[in-house]
Amino acid sequence: MTDQAILPPASAGLAAASRPRRSPWVEHSILPGFGVSLGITLTYLGAIVVLPLIALAVRPWELGLSGVWHALAAPRVAAALRLSFGLSALAALLNAPLGILLAWTLTRYEFRGRRILDALVDLPFALPTAVAGIALTAIYAPTGPLGALAAKVGIKTAYSPLGIFIALVFIGLPFVVRSLQPVLQDLDREVEEAATTLGANALQRAVRVILPTLAPSLISGVSLAFARAVGEYGSVVFIAGNLPGKTEIAPLLIVIKLEQYDYAGAAAVGLAMVAISFGSLVAINALQLRFARRGKA
Amino acid sequence: MTVAARPVSSARLPGLAVLLVVASALVMGLLVLLPLFVVFRDAFDKGLGKYLAAITDPDAISAVKLTLLVAGIAVPLNAAFGVAAAWCIAKFEFRGKSALLTLIDLPFSMSPVVSGLVWVLLFGAQGWFGTWLIDHDVKIIFATTGLVLATILVTFPFVARELIPLMQDQGSDEEAAALTLGAGGFTTFFRITLPNIRWALLYGVLLCNARAMGEFGAVSVVSGHIRGLTTTLPLHVEVLYNDYDFVGAFAAASLLASLGLVTLVLKTGLEWRHSGELAANRRH
Repeated sequence: MTDQAILPPASAGLAAASRPRRSPWVEHSILPGFGVSLGITLTYLGAIVVLPLIALAVRPWELGLSGVWHALAAPRVAAALRLSFGLSALAALLNAPLGILLAWTLTRYEFRGRRILDALVDLPFALPTAVAGIALTAIYAPTGPLGALAAKVGIKTAYSPLGIFIALVFIGLPFVVRSLQPVLQDLDREVEEAATTLGANALQRAVRVILPTLAPSLISGVSLAFARAVGEYGSVVFIAGNLPGKTEIAPLLIVIKLEQYDYAGAAAVGLAMVAISFGSLVAINALQLRFARRGKA
Repeated sequence: MTVAARPVSSARLPGLAVLLVVASALVMGLLVLLPLFVVFRDAFDKGLGKYLAAITDPDAISAVKLTLLVAGIAVPLNAAFGVAAAWCIAKFEFRGKSALLTLIDLPFSMSPVVSGLVWVLLFGAQGWFGTWLIDHDVKIIFATTGLVLATILVTFPFVARELIPLMQDQGSDEEAAALTLGAGGFTTFFRITLPNIRWALLYGVLLCNARAMGEFGAVSVVSGHIRGLTTTLPLHVEVLYNDYDFVGAFAAASLLASLGLVTLVLKTGLEWRHSGELAANRRH
């Protein structure tokens, strides 16, 4: 009050008008609407994401620690979790060479139909999962075009772990291709040419020059494919066969437990899936960081 | 097929190029395109008449209507949220922003089944609010509200993830200029910000809508599969398929596949024409 009394009236008014809002939480900005937009965001996020996740995190413990352990260690549940995470990892690993092949072809060569082929890479994203599920089943069932072919050489595709694996490869492919494409596009060709000049052959260039540059985005694409595959339901549930302990995936087990009104058990499986996925993503991130550092060195 | 290495390509072996292109086409054809082909082949397996009968069946029509209704509620809500979230995240600096971003991304890494499960844990018969809901005769699970909630959760990040990087790139100089010249907040948003983000907004809404209409796992958990009442189109496909009505299932699936194809064409068109105004192409 005393400070203001000393200043001439005009500049006192100006100072008050342009005085920045002092908050340790938000920097001053001339734009309006921070409070409203943040309020909407937090309210909506709280109701749609946070509250439901709290329920998921809390409900399993109704069973007590040992109850949760028994629910997860039950042979049927443990087998489903093993199957889901194991096959997802294998499918994501196969997506790596397939993704490199497609991303390389689409960025490095000019051929008729390239842009259409490029657009079609997103088809597994665009096709609703239930549609992909019944279509894949029709293809790989013993009566289907590829299923019959495999049956002739004695391989069971649909209604076996191999069928689940095929569906997971299908839905994971776009993640790897789309992660690699921008890197391959930006890859400095002079580096490759330098390697050639120094006497490196095609194989040496691929393994020692291109692959290390691709590694970080390859890892991130593979981990995205893995995360998607672990939770996948629609495209897998039709082709799986769903035999308990053999071809029953973890998401289906949640559905079955809910149908039996075993909410806490279903929540336990759901929470375990989220926890294992999150743990593997953290591990993959650490791996990626190491590769990125090596790439810079 | 003519294959040529691009002018600056390092591939010196045309033979290798042809081999790789053929291998790529084979992978795409067998793994990705064959399922699409099979959907339409099996839908028309018993002729056009059976196909038309299947898609004009009363249950199919009510499934289509329900799907449109659910997407019609979920997509505008997520679009409005996406714009609000992008506005406060891209235009302001505040603490806790990265935590907020992580939370917005979270639904992408959840299993669709878990996205349905969480609503049952809250509003199911034995959920936290289950008894209260029964006492007040409100139905959420096994009703349209549950389908809408599950769909909103699954498609939650689409619009926000599209807008945030773009608006961060664009900065707020133009808005600041408009405000300095005396424009009001709403005028500035509708005359400056919205035109700047319209293609990215459309892109996000397109992907959000495709997922909302095609979602299966999350809605399957909360639906109860009551024919004609709580079966969306993807659930209708499942019900018919499990009844061994393959023509009906694939006919309904062909509608969804067409939705996917239309989305793909529009999305690709947007990417070709407005790549500069889409964040998607600049990410990674």
